[in-house]
Parts: sequence; C-alpha cells; structure tokens
Amino acid sequence: MRVAFTVNGRRRAYAGSGMKRLLDVLREDLSLPGTKEGCGEGECGACTVLLDGQAVVSCLIPVAQAAGRRVATVESLGRPDRLSRLQESFLAEGAAQCGICTPGMLMTAEAYLRQGGRADDAAIRRELAGNLCRCTGYQHIVRAVQKAARVRQRASRTATPAARSRPGRRTRRRT
Amino acid sequence: MRGDAEAATVLRPRSPAEALRLFDRNRDALPIAGGTDLMVAWNAGGLAGRTFLDMSPLRAWSRIRPAKHAVVLGSLATHTDLLHDPIVRRRFPLLAEACATVGGVQIQNRGTIGGNVANASPAGDTFPPLAVYEAIVVVVSAGGRREIPFLEFFAGPKRSRLAQGELIESVRMPIPPRPPTRAMFRKVGTRAAQAISKTVAAGLLWLRRDGTVEELRVALGSMAPTVRRLRRAEAFVKGKRLTTEVVREACALVSADVAPIDDVRSTADYRLAVSRNLVYRFLGG
Repeated sequence: MRVAFTVNGRRRAYAGSGMKRLLDVLREDLSLPGTKEGCGEGECGACTVLLDGQAVVSCLIPVAQAAGRRVATVESLGRPDRLSRLQESFLAEGAAQCGICTPGMLMTAEAYLRQGGRADDAAIRRELAGNLCRCTGYQHIVRAVQKAARVRQRASRTATPAARSRPGRRTRRRT
Repeated sequence: MRGDAEAATVLRPRSPAEALRLFDRNRDALPIAGGTDLMVAWNAGGLAGRTFLDMSPLRAWSRIRPAKHAVVLGSLATHTDLLHDPIVRRRFPLLAEACATVGGVQIQNRGTIGGNVANASPAGDTFPPLAVYEAIVVVVSAGGRREIPFLEFFAGPKRSRLAQGELIESVRMPIPPRPPTRAMFRKVGTRAAQAISKTVAAGLLWLRRDGTVEELRVALGSMAPTVRRLRRAEAFVKGKRLTTEVVREACALVSADVAPIDDVRSTADYRLAVSRNLVYRFLGG
C-alpha cells in the first residue's frame, strides 16, 4: 500500500503495509526518532503527535489512516540552536527529567496552545491527563506550559489586528 | 508480539456504498474507525492475518446533524466532536460530559461514537447517557438498513447484535419532550483520565409541579455484562414524592437490575455500594 501524507510540512510517501503503526513509520521509515514509544497501548501519551493539528497517540494509528493528512512531530517544534517558545519554557522550568515523556508532553501542550489554551492550571492538567510522567511529579511541566501560554497571550495582546497580518511591523503596545 | 503488518490487508472505501459492497464481499474484515481499542489488540498480536475495513475515509458519517425531534450523530463523530458540538452540549449534556471522561484528549480525538458502541464494552462511558436518552443505533448493510434500540444492541460483554456485513451508520438521539428537572453523570474510576470505570452512572429525572415523579431514567455501566437501566427503581418512584423513605427504597432496588462482579478494577460490593450512593444523591437532590 502507498500512503502519501505531509509530515512536518513536507510531502512524504510510504510504501508498505497499511497496518504499520504511524509511530514505527515515523521512526523507521522517515528517520524521525523524536517520537518515543512508551506503553504501546495508548495509555501513556509518550508517542503523541499532531494529526491535522489534533493530539493523537501514534502507537494506535495504522499508517493507512494518515493518508492525505498532516502529521507534526516534535522535530517540527524547533532546532537545538533555535528552540520553540514551549521548548524554552520546558528548559527554563526544569520540566524534563528522564525525557521519555517529553516529546509527547510537548506535542499535547503544543496542540493546547495552538487552540488558544490559557495559562489555567486546571485546564492544563486536564489537557495533559493522557500523558504520564514518572519522574517530575508534573508540577514543573504544568508551570512550563503556563509560562508558554502567558508569553503567547501577551504576544497576541500586543499585536494589533493590522500588525498581526503584517509580520515584522509589530506595534509594541501593552494594553 | 504485534500482528505481522506485512500480512495484513487494509481496505479503503471512498464512499459508504463502496464500504458496504467491500464488507459484503469480505465478510471477515474488521471495521476500524478511530482504532483506539482495535489497535491495542493488534499491537498485542491478537488480530494477525486479518483484513481491515478502514472507515476513516467516510467523511459523510462523521457529521452531527439535527433531524426531526432528534439529533443524528454520525458513527464516525469523535468524542471531541461530540463534546464541542453546541447542539449535543445543549440537548444531551450527559453525553458531552461522558465524552470528556473517556481516556485522555488523544483518545477523545480519535475514538468515535460508532466504534465505542460497536465495541460493546461493559464499561463504555458513553453508554449510560445513551441509555437514558434512549438512543437508536442505525445500522446499514448491502441488503438494507435497520434501527436497533440502544439497550437491545448488546448481546453481552464485547458482543453486539450487529449481523455480518452490517456497519453502524449513526446513532439517533431523540430530543426529550421537556428538559429534565435534574440530570446526572458520574464516572467512578481510580484516576480521572485513562481509567476504566468501576461504575458509571447517568440519570434524568422529571418532576411534576406537585413534586411527584413524572419519570425517572437511570442507567449504570460496569455493573453487569452490558449497560443496564434501573427499571425496578424507575417504576417504583413513578408518581411518588421523593421522600427519604422512597429514595431509600429505590436505592435498595438498584441490585435488582445489575449483577456486579469482583475484578481487577473493583469488587462487587464496592460497586454496588457506590452505585447506590450515586442514586441516593441524585434522587435526594
């Protein structure tokens, strides 16, 4: 079976069994090992990626179902020399310990922030409830997402509608 | 370990009509919608050698649309679709609440109402709401279409009354003639997310002006091989005022309609005690 889809903004093609897990296709066929396998049964969230912008666990998706869709993995967030705001917040708040849950945490949080999620403790905990972490006790992770949400909220407040449509001409005005 | 991916065939119909034709020709094919349950079995090696019928391209079946005195939930509508849908939230708030308690967001984003129903888990979190709203399961096959009242859809744990070649097209939700006086959804699990319920309850109560019960509907999940309505308690309170004695008696009748078991998640005693308490609180106001 041939599957054509978009991964991290690039058109990619896969040829093989349609029942191969998206997780394995990303890691083995597309050389994107940032996505981690945790439990392999949809309980831990470590393998979370975005499918058409929604957080999903890639261990429960046969690659056939990704045909024609947009997949985003942790590799799309930033590069080691230019981390995303969310990644910077994780670093600043010490939100990673052993690291196996981190890519999944980042992608679930990324979906939350893109959907306009606020720096609300309860809402963030509800959103991240499908991602397990056995090291940090979650406090630092929640704080990191809150921090990223606040930065994002400030950025969208300072940008006037006109400035938003013309990037690079931002009026720096606090309201 | 995992099912041998190389040996598996995935059928990808482009329309409902093609899906029914393919299913008619491949009677052993397993329909896969969101895959949140099926893929767990596949990853464990349980479905090796099977042919799969991928429902995900059937966009027409993911719509939620109003109908006459009802709302039709396309079988491929996800838990996320349902919990954000304004009509579902307004007309069937218990269903929206239930959808928010299924798995975590990743599971809610993938799992579908049709897949959840077809799966026929005794612990399905959406089932008590569907039972009290008296949903109708609409199934289609190459040979035609039939409608199955929700409670009659289940034959036992993980067993439905779907015949060979039948697919769930939609779940029709009749809009209650009057908004209920009280409504309740409650899932009791070990943890808020990802937990399979020990007991899960939904209730709708209509009171008359004089305080007597016009109608009560209560359903429990995880308390029997399939979801159950508490018919005895419902009949007992009808026409009565909900005094402490009446509520106590109704709670005593809970056990008449369920058959909880001891298992890895809980004990029969605990399940029954908690379920009674949920009913007590709901009726006691």
